[in-house]
Amino acid sequence: MKAKPENVLTGSHYLDGNHASAEGAIAAGCRFFGGYPITPSTEIAERISQRFPRIGGIFVQMEDELASMAAILGASNGGVKSMSCTSGPGFSLMMENFGLGIMMETPCVLVNVQRGGPSTGLPTLPGQADMMQARWGSHGDYEVIALAPDSPQESFELTIHAFNLSEKYRMPVLIMTDECVGHMTEKVVIPSADEIDLVERKYTDKKPGEAWPYEWNGKSIPPMLPVGKGYKFHITGLTHDEKGYPVINAEAQEKNVRQLIDKVKKNADDIIWLEEWDTDGADIIVMSYGISSRVARPAIAKARADGIKIGQIRMITVWPFPEKRIRELAGKVKAMVMVELNHGQVYLEMDRCAAGQCVTAVVGHSGGTVHKPDDIYKVIKDVVK
Amino acid sequence: MSTSVEPAVKKEHPMEKILRMDRIPHIWCPTCGLGTVVTALATALDESEIDLNKVAIVSGIGCTGRVAGYMKLDSFHTTHGRAIPFAFGMHVARPDLKTIVFSGDGDLVSIGGNHLIHTARRNADLMVICVNNFIYAMTGGQVAPTTPITAKSSTSPFGNFEHPFNLPLLAASSGAVYVARWTALHIRRLTKAFKEALNKRGFSFVEVIAPCSTLYARRNKLGTGLDLMKFYHDNCVIKHGCDLKEVDIDYQSKIIVGKFVDIEKPTYIDCLNKGYKQVFGDKYKPYGGGDGNNGN
Ligand SMILES: Cc1ncc(C[n+]2csc(CCOP(=O)(O)OP(=O)(O)O)c2C)c(N)n1
Ligand code: SF4
Ligand SMILES: [Mg+2]
Repeated sequence: MKAKPENVLTGSHYLDGNHASAEGAIAAGCRFFGGYPITPSTEIAERISQRFPRIGGIFVQMEDELASMAAILGASNGGVKSMSCTSGPGFSLMMENFGLGIMMETPCVLVNVQRGGPSTGLPTLPGQADMMQARWGSHGDYEVIALAPDSPQESFELTIHAFNLSEKYRMPVLIMTDECVGHMTEKVVIPSADEIDLVERKYTDKKPGEAWPYEWNGKSIPPMLPVGKGYKFHITGLTHDEKGYPVINAEAQEKNVRQLIDKVKKNADDIIWLEEWDTDGADIIVMSYGISSRVARPAIAKARADGIKIGQIRMITVWPFPEKRIRELAGKVKAMVMVELNHGQVYLEMDRCAAGQCVTAVVGHSGGTVHKPDDIYKVIKDVVK
Repeated sequence: MSTSVEPAVKKEHPMEKILRMDRIPHIWCPTCGLGTVVTALATALDESEIDLNKVAIVSGIGCTGRVAGYMKLDSFHTTHGRAIPFAFGMHVARPDLKTIVFSGDGDLVSIGGNHLIHTARRNADLMVICVNNFIYAMTGGQVAPTTPITAKSSTSPFGNFEHPFNLPLLAASSGAVYVARWTALHIRRLTKAFKEALNKRGFSFVEVIAPCSTLYARRNKLGTGLDLMKFYHDNCVIKHGCDLKEVDIDYQSKIIVGKFVDIEKPTYIDCLNKGYKQVFGDKYKPYGGGDGNNGN
């Protein structure tokens, strides 16, 4: 299905990442936004509150982030594409019902414009230190999908993509951006509506009385049931069976959790988007995501000028981690270097997948600003020694 | 010679239309008050003209929180305290449905207290049923913000010494347009209150005092669930429309019940539509929500 023309601000714009993300959501057909103000994410909420009333959407400033996350799940189960945005402290509060969304298999999109932490940390300055919280922040065992845009243009595009993935895989999808991308203003080209592909929600084609909310078959994603149409279905955050009814035993747990994990793992190739430059024949690969992948570029260029055979990988999808590709490359290169605004979170995954086949290193950072390209360059020079 | 006699027990449960018979038996203890409250809601739904396809029910976590799972409606069992904001999202997405929240005192006024006051403030068109058994039952009978002073619980073994909430006062002062309190004994009046709340536009709040026979009654040596029903019988005073400052509940003393608030006020969605219409004029298309199948 294509986007609706009335939802798409076709043309060239000068937008920051947050505003671009809001436009992406609107283009994707989002019509419910529940959020709570927090720097540096608030511009998403502000733009949505400005745009929604005239296009039939509802923006609600909720009483807190616990409520925001719960409300977008309620709205999504009501059949309306829904979204929230936040930053560190709010992300912590949202973890509770993010888990409910995972368990209920409810599509929605949550943007975390990362700032420096822990706690209130650096409200106005960048960080990328919520990456492991994105992966594991809600209790229990599950898989997540997290995307990391590196520009306002990509913030627009990935927000649409996040809605598509959430409907396709029937789960909340995270956009793990950062203060730099959120507040950087660049040219954003919004295409015409007929160039934007949308994944619409799959509802059951069975009749009421014959359909259950979780008809897991190990292959396809079970279609949802619509409310208000006589299906009278039940869903719960408790471990449940295909009927959505609570079942409190190890067998049901195995089946339920397995579904949540498998639907992402088995479709990793479809979900994972990477950008690679010069990775064939490289001795060193610099990996990164979000703003850090842009900051790494001058350091890579400088190393290349020194005659080092160096390639770059930019993870557009951070979770699920591009495990297969990293294992493959680790067997061919001498070293892999991760650049991120934390002291080695996604690095842990890279190192695990490299599994001793090559040297690994992280260019760590406490956040508050971006890396100095020279600090990245020094680590590159170090690992080639 | 054989004679045909009516079977003594009817095969069909009278509430089969509204209860999920495939989930019965339920998990509740014998003589728990919850069954009676559920029956009152089922009867209210049955007797009102309402299309059951257009009713959604949302619960939080607790013994009371299990209600959503037993009602044959679109039903959502959420997280502890978050039934109201989940229901709010559902309601805003689908204002064509009647969305009911059915949960416990701990769920709605302790961990979920902030959501209760804000959703009442907005006057969202939700019907909230709060079963107050004076305790956190599901987790084994701990003290709650509703436990009367001196009542014992597993975490107030010497008695509770904190001031409890007065729930009708809390709901009314937060903005609810319909506020009532009944007990699990007052089935007829409770059913009527549920019917009124179902037909009310705006935030309605019905507190239902109900026995937790296993934990609250036993720990406080108050006898069985039936003894608590007798206590309600002897100690409830009906005072419709009374000053809500008077409806505090003290330990084992009189309980004031009745319909306290029944007023008209524009709902959350009425207010948005009115406000935006004033700003945007005729260009504004009043919000009515999606129909759930087109995802816009
Ligand atoms: C976030 C969170 N904290 C604590 C719990 C444990 N818990 C489950 S039910 C409950 C209290 C329920 O009390 P109430 O809402 O009064 O319901 P009742 O069981 O009395 O009907 C608690 C504390 C939980 N499930 N989630
Ligand atoms: S523990 Fe109390 S509230 Fe829970 S089912 Fe038993 S009697 Fe009812
Ligand atoms: Mg209770």
